[in-house]
Amino acid sequence: MAYSEFDPSQFLAIAPEIGLVLWALVILAVDMFSARRIARRTLGILAAAGMAAVLILSLLIAVPPAGVMPQIGSDPRSVLGGMIRHDLFAFVFRIIFILAGILTCLVSIDFRPARAGGEYYALLILATMAMGLMAASNDLIMLYLATEASSFALYLLAGFMRDTPRSAEAGIKYFVFGAVTSSIMLYGLALIFGLSGGQTHYGAVAQVLAGADTRMLAVLAMLLVIAGFAFKTSAVPFHFWTPDVYEGAPTPFVGFLSTASKAAGFAILMRFLVYVFEPPFSQASVVWVQLMQPLAILTMFLGNLLAITQSNIKRMLAYSSIAQAGYMLIGVTAFGFAYSRQSPEAAADAVAAVIFYAATYMLTNIAAFAVVSIVSQRVGSEQISAFNGLGRRAPYTALGMTAAMLSLLGAPPLVGFVGKLFLFRAAISDDLLLLVAIGVVNVLISVFYYLGIVRAMYVERSPDDEQPIRIPAATAWVVLVSSAAILFITVASMQFWSVALDAAKALLN
Amino acid sequence: MLNGIPLYWFLLISAALFCIGLYGVLARKNAIAILMGVELMLNAVNINLLAFWRYVAPSSPAGLAFAAFIFVIAAAEAAIGLALMISVYRNTRSVDPDKLDSMKL
Repeated sequence: MAYSEFDPSQFLAIAPEIGLVLWALVILAVDMFSARRIARRTLGILAAAGMAAVLILSLLIAVPPAGVMPQIGSDPRSVLGGMIRHDLFAFVFRIIFILAGILTCLVSIDFRPARAGGEYYALLILATMAMGLMAASNDLIMLYLATEASSFALYLLAGFMRDTPRSAEAGIKYFVFGAVTSSIMLYGLALIFGLSGGQTHYGAVAQVLAGADTRMLAVLAMLLVIAGFAFKTSAVPFHFWTPDVYEGAPTPFVGFLSTASKAAGFAILMRFLVYVFEPPFSQASVVWVQLMQPLAILTMFLGNLLAITQSNIKRMLAYSSIAQAGYMLIGVTAFGFAYSRQSPEAAADAVAAVIFYAATYMLTNIAAFAVVSIVSQRVGSEQISAFNGLGRRAPYTALGMTAAMLSLLGAPPLVGFVGKLFLFRAAISDDLLLLVAIGVVNVLISVFYYLGIVRAMYVERSPDDEQPIRIPAATAWVVLVSSAAILFITVASMQFWSVALDAAKALLN
Repeated sequence: MLNGIPLYWFLLISAALFCIGLYGVLARKNAIAILMGVELMLNAVNINLLAFWRYVAPSSPAGLAFAAFIFVIAAAEAAIGLALMISVYRNTRSVDPDKLDSMKL
């Protein structure tokens, strides 16, 4: 047996997901059965509070046990029939998703155009739940089901503003693109299922594939699956949906989509590739190890160059999020090379760098979209010019936005700098100097558009310069908390790094 | 096995069906037809899975379970796709993807 025998305590491995599903049902029931129609903002706060409770409870009871020694041919962390791997890697990603969900619920309360009711928050919670399962999935069937479950909730949320043509359009574009790429991924999974002689468990598949002489077909199947992952992470060449969906979808939700969904994509990417096509034992692994580098370079350049030309802030942040995926792919590249030369320390460093970057990117980008959500409502425009004079109209919010932009850019005192440092360090330790040089060039390119926002806020003047913009309490708290975290994590970065490193080591043994 | 039909016949059928579906998605001018293309792609995968199950691992239920899950996913996907199409149609009176261009550079 490649995985532990069933016993009921294994349900602890999916305790956060069980809690989230129950809470989504509670939110729907409260919305439906409350005598007078309950205030929408109460529902939002209830959703956020429930997710916070699930997070705290899981931290108390469901943290995976550390230090289980792996034995040959068995994997005690692989539970529930091998569907789920109960390890710190999945758990750290779950924390990222749930935190993103909580912050997004709070921002959504003040986003009037969405008229977010019970079904909005329930879908958000269900998307968070499915992402948790994605990060933990350890089986082809589970991988597909979890990926689709999260996508379905995200399609509906992207098209949530039914009466707004652009939101409906965003929903259908996201759906068509997602449905096609997920079918392509599924075709790859079916080929892997056949090549491995009917196995679906990652470990069992890897064992058969390593011994079989089916290199060409295995490579084809792997590329098809990577297409699905590239869609989730919005990496080139499956990034086309990103700007349109980001522009049309409800703004607070875009903060969630650009961070949690991308992090989930990287979680399944790293786990699948290293478990099923484990370098250097799998012959097909050479292809993905080599493929990640050009993918990273193209994604960074495309995102950064096109972001410069945008005048709509949500489109600009969409291309920025493509570029950020490129930076994270640097870490994946370093991971592949380190694993191929069988250096577990360097591989763990690279995985930890990706986790750290995904976590800090989540905080930074949600802060940025929270500000965009409020400013675009108050000014009535999503153009970058809507930010003109924000430094005088809402000084503290402008300060939060500046922190977010500088952190996305990677300016030294902020956490984005630390994250990029970890990524580049991982790449340097694998002698990927060209890749690091290209990464630095891209950071320099991104100065133009990130500082363009800062310039609009402080240098440009708007006709309404004297009228302050009132920021609602929930959004103000989100901006305050996440920009405080952007500063604080830098100070305490070694503590956060050691957690990320533990999670990375859990992936690798 | 199976009256002498070799496995690769099924795989070829499946690959052809998948390509037809993909072509439909890329070429059709109607969102409903695009959805039908996606369904064809999913059915191609199911043929693949069931052929592999029958020829490679008939004793394990994994292939059947995988295929059954794909039915469910395909049904849910069709429901969500049609819901989104209705909301687009109410806004624009059209389901032609080429006309969905309110967001361009």
